[in-house]
Amino acid sequence: MTESIAREGVAAQTPSAAQTPNKEALLSVTGLQKHFPITKGLLKRQVAAVKAVDGIDFEVYKGETLGLVGESGCGKSTTGRLITRLAEPTAGKITFDGSDITHLKTGAMRPFRRDMQMIFQDPFSSLNPRHTVGAIVGAPFHIQGVKTEHGVKRAVQDLLKLVGLNPEHYNRYPHEFSGGQRQRIGIARTLALKPKLIVADEPVSALDVSIQAQVVNLLEDLQEELGLTYVVIAHDLSVVRHISDRVAVMYLGKIVEVADRESLYANPRHPYTVALMSAVPVPNPRRRESNQRERVLLTGDVPSPIDPPSGCRFRTRCWKAQEICATTEPPLVVREGDSPDHATACHFPVADNEEVAGRGQAA
Amino acid sequence: MPAPDAFLDVRDLRIHFPTDDGLVKSVDGLNFSLQRGKTLGIVGESGSGKSVTSLGILGLHNKRNARVSGQILLDGTDIVGADPEHVRKMRGRRMAMIFQDPLSAMHPYYTVGHQIVEAYRVHNNVSKSVAKKHAIDLLGRVGIPQPDRRVDDYPHQFSGGMRQRAMIAMALSCDPELLIADEPTTALDVTVQAQILDLMRDLQQEFNSALIIITHDLGVVAELADDVLVMYGGKCIEYGSAVTIFEEPEHPYTWGLLGSMPRLDRGVTNRLMPIKGTPPSLINVPSGCAFHPRCTYEPQTGGRGTTEVPELVESGRGHLVRCHLPVAERKRIWQEQVRPKLEAGS
Repeated sequence: MTESIAREGVAAQTPSAAQTPNKEALLSVTGLQKHFPITKGLLKRQVAAVKAVDGIDFEVYKGETLGLVGESGCGKSTTGRLITRLAEPTAGKITFDGSDITHLKTGAMRPFRRDMQMIFQDPFSSLNPRHTVGAIVGAPFHIQGVKTEHGVKRAVQDLLKLVGLNPEHYNRYPHEFSGGQRQRIGIARTLALKPKLIVADEPVSALDVSIQAQVVNLLEDLQEELGLTYVVIAHDLSVVRHISDRVAVMYLGKIVEVADRESLYANPRHPYTVALMSAVPVPNPRRRESNQRERVLLTGDVPSPIDPPSGCRFRTRCWKAQEICATTEPPLVVREGDSPDHATACHFPVADNEEVAGRGQAA
Repeated sequence: MPAPDAFLDVRDLRIHFPTDDGLVKSVDGLNFSLQRGKTLGIVGESGSGKSVTSLGILGLHNKRNARVSGQILLDGTDIVGADPEHVRKMRGRRMAMIFQDPLSAMHPYYTVGHQIVEAYRVHNNVSKSVAKKHAIDLLGRVGIPQPDRRVDDYPHQFSGGMRQRAMIAMALSCDPELLIADEPTTALDVTVQAQILDLMRDLQQEFNSALIIITHDLGVVAELADDVLVMYGGKCIEYGSAVTIFEEPEHPYTWGLLGSMPRLDRGVTNRLMPIKGTPPSLINVPSGCAFHPRCTYEPQTGGRGTTEVPELVESGRGHLVRCHLPVAERKRIWQEQVRPKLEAGS
């Protein structure tokens, strides 16, 4: 008996170790916070703060894709803006490729911008309508003063080819393209300076279903070809599962669970993760009745990030909540029996095959 | 497809918009029918004509800029060509709509209660206080806590999910027999989406109304719809029961939609199978089959795909497909090529 458990423990460790043989962190984040102040009166006295991101730790390893999921207002987009330093962190530390970039000024940050780029959600507002595709995709070269071997035009055309666009469209304007093509233009711009890290904030949610799949495949191909590291921020759990190696689930400014994708989707531990997954509609009409039975119904809405609940932030909607949940905040740690990559912030994590359906508590 | 006892019967519906660039054929020859207590899912990508169809059924197209022809029979009354004043009386009472974005569909200056009361009093000769009681009752039924207090709130004081519940309450205020929901959950988070879908299912059973749900999300359709109509380029390209569409689809476009979608209920596939190209412009709809430039199987039609518009033909009981490929060939491709790939991960 003991032997078999021991063997299982070893087996649980090996696959993850095999997947990431040299786990070298490209980006590591500790205690990251972003509080947006709420001011009042003539003197702009701060009366409260929206705790958008409230102390999160995670690492992104070289060559992997980390998925960041959660519902609107959970702080996932703010996290993306913090790690690309488009927003100033309130507290915490961000280390990128060995350097501390937490509080670098614009000028000092500029050399790092080459190595970290962002893909935005809305391909209509993220491209300047007055600039040609050539100017948009070529802008990074000019801003960073990068010399290209055969001139910027040639480099841009190579990039357009790389993302599956016609290089002859160099002189066209964004309005002449469809949503999916515009997203490709944005991706070409992102790739111009051969970045190490790409933060993609909802890269496909504004696109039609058939186009979503094209862009997802393109992102995967580019990763393989160029050895990119991705942080993909999305609310669609099925897209995140498809594209990510590891997934972090956020709720109200905190990471509640982080794990490699197989482990997270097969054995979600945090009640919020369980509820989130059971809410995804399954495209199988025969399973309609059983889906409804198996669904964990969360009632009420997400509490305000201005005044989040004490202790565990999910306790107000959690069916397993007890006294300790209101007093002590659960740390994000690896639970006994879970794979070493699987950390959960919960006092009463959900066990395998635990009966959970139909639960949920009134807020 | 047309049933004699159908509550809603749409026959050869065409909705065209003349523009400076040419005639936009948003809906081009659509037929379907729907009975009370049943749910029809209309699926398609942007520009496939699904929302234009729903506005047409409500008689919301302006004669000055839209050319509507064909028949929309609601319980025997034709809405196309009917007196606008008559259609106006039907709208809200006999048919109602739930819009995608509740924030822009509600008036920010008026309280939620006021907006429900207004709709109710247009169709019912009752006092304000009676109407308000009705509004409170409805808000409670759609699951808004403390409805007697929230009735005096403004839309911005509601969260996204609550606003959508209030929209549903508004649509239900006169017990409509036909309810059209245009992307009712697209703007919502998944956990809220699950609540709203459950609510719509329960309310439909309670009111026994006919429901049309318009969406691009096949998951939502599978949760609610009895029958599914897949639209492409303004035409119906496949129609059948939900089980048929998900288990034995025969149109290459439907295969493409299913292949484009990562699924949580199956194992992880290495690659998605997208449809190549982009949805067509409705001004220059491709000749022949509108889907032919994106279709992998177009060469097998012997050139007919580019020249001849395929007819919508019955391929099984209640299963209609608009495709040039022979029925046996379509069934074979699905069984031997497409389905194994879709299920590869499971």
